[in-house]
Amino acid sequence: MKPLTIAEKIFRSHLRDEPFPGTKVLGIDVVMCHEITTPIAINDLVARGMDRVFDPSKIKAVVDHVTPSKDTKTAMQAKILRDWARRHGIKDFFDIGQNGVCHALFPEQGFIRPGCTVIMGDSHTCTHGAFGAFAAGVGTTDLEVGILKGVCAFREPKTIRVNVAGSLPRRVYAKDVILKVIQTLTVNGATDRVIEFRGPVVDAMSMESRMTLCNMAIEAGGTSGICMPDSVTVEYLWPFISGDYTDKAAALADFMRWHSDEGCEYERVIDVDVSDIEPQVTFGYKPDQVKNVSEIAGTPVDQVYIGSCTNGRLEDLRVAAGILKGRKIAPTVRGIVSPATPKVFREADAEGIVKIFMDAGFCVTNPTCGACLGMSNGVLAPGEVCASTTNRNFNGRMGKGGMVHLMSPATAAATAIAGVIADPRR
Amino acid sequence: MKKFGGPVLFLDRADINTDEIIPAKYLTEIDKDALKPHLLEDLKMDGFDPAGDALKNARVIVTRANFGCGSSREHAPWALEVNGITAVIAPSFARIFRQNMFNCGMMAIELDDANISGLFEHAGADAEIAFDLSSGKFTVSSGKGRAEYSFALAGFDRELVESEGWVGFADRRY
Repeated sequence: MKPLTIAEKIFRSHLRDEPFPGTKVLGIDVVMCHEITTPIAINDLVARGMDRVFDPSKIKAVVDHVTPSKDTKTAMQAKILRDWARRHGIKDFFDIGQNGVCHALFPEQGFIRPGCTVIMGDSHTCTHGAFGAFAAGVGTTDLEVGILKGVCAFREPKTIRVNVAGSLPRRVYAKDVILKVIQTLTVNGATDRVIEFRGPVVDAMSMESRMTLCNMAIEAGGTSGICMPDSVTVEYLWPFISGDYTDKAAALADFMRWHSDEGCEYERVIDVDVSDIEPQVTFGYKPDQVKNVSEIAGTPVDQVYIGSCTNGRLEDLRVAAGILKGRKIAPTVRGIVSPATPKVFREADAEGIVKIFMDAGFCVTNPTCGACLGMSNGVLAPGEVCASTTNRNFNGRMGKGGMVHLMSPATAAATAIAGVIADPRR
Repeated sequence: MKKFGGPVLFLDRADINTDEIIPAKYLTEIDKDALKPHLLEDLKMDGFDPAGDALKNARVIVTRANFGCGSSREHAPWALEVNGITAVIAPSFARIFRQNMFNCGMMAIELDDANISGLFEHAGADAEIAFDLSSGKFTVSSGKGRAEYSFALAGFDRELVESEGWVGFADRRY
């Protein structure tokens, strides 16, 4: 049999129809919804007299982009999603008190399994490939069809394999690796492609770090990031799957069947040795505009934001807190941290991390996407500069006329203290 | 089927992203028409005025590579649609944006760089494009002359254009 990549295996196992040559319609295992892109799909289904869902147990919904709602319009978006979830018996609906950034919250709930297909009306859905899933961001119409029929059409993507070799230097993290990879691939180098992250550095990464890696696949145009499911994946998912397997070894053996076969076909293979890389920081308005921190250190910033689906998990807050502990942020800087989920918030609190942030002078917000896309909770004024652990530095992204420098939580924490972009290794 | 063709807006820059097409702060709208005044309002580009007549009159956009990169927001095609723009021609598109265009029964047409450069020759000369979908050709005419181009629509894309989108097709078939 022809050796297959993990993405090809998932496509073959989920293929429902090929209505035209090259158009693969897949069955979808998890359809995720948030309050920004779903309400128009819901309203359209209602208007068409087709207000149905294909399987309420496979639909997950959260209010995360603007929460608590900031005005009438955002309150209506949340209400449309909430009412819809209730009327269709969607049990996995997360509202105020339980809600968090979708791509941090849903993995934490154990919804993503190796070999499954995931769509959401959100471009950073590629994050979930960290579990060995095919996870793609889609528009509202694809989401609408996903909700109604549990299918989605794709042109089968080719795979770019990225081998991350060497070992991570001190205070260099998954975020620095992915910025380096995006710089190498450019912003459309992986368009219509899956990026398969391999190599010893990825093998040694936690699930959180793998999610950071896969999260930004879209910034190179990638349809999904993807990692091989292994014992790290088993450990992370064990609380959710322990009833399905006799032991962890059995789960691992089951997961392994998804691994890309020896001799499978890659469109491109890229080797990135990270042993000597510096922390990476973006400049300009495209995520492939990346510099070593030493080349951009000293740039003044007005705000430091730590959070998002890229870097708002416990591991990220621990790293930042390790640098902030016992120190104060610069008086010229507004520090904002948004733990990505209530669980992250609670654990950060239990570990004393929340106190470290507050003692350093940070504002701690509830879990939300808000500031990352300039929708709430930390919008920049024109001309202001933000050091951010998020994923997009587009012009105006965090507020009209604002400038965003993307970086790791460590670099962001060092920058908050210095008031200018700073090297966390110093 | 939607109407295609008319005056052309030339956007001579690669990687125009969905935040530039429609900023995130307007994603709180649940009525597509509310997006109309905000199309491309954050696009900073020499010679482009988001309040100008070139955008107001445009029915087709001709642009450079990777148009529509970034967010998955279908508000980007909708903002084009409510402004009467139903076709974009570029060397390449971001995957999600491209699919969103066809899912709405609109066209994202890929032409190679040489042909796109040929089209850009007509910029600033009141260019108009007329499509003939049955023959897979379009004609650009402007003060600089007239030229015909061939374009290919894959089977699925053509079906979505002809049936005005994916929801109807999927509902009938699945």
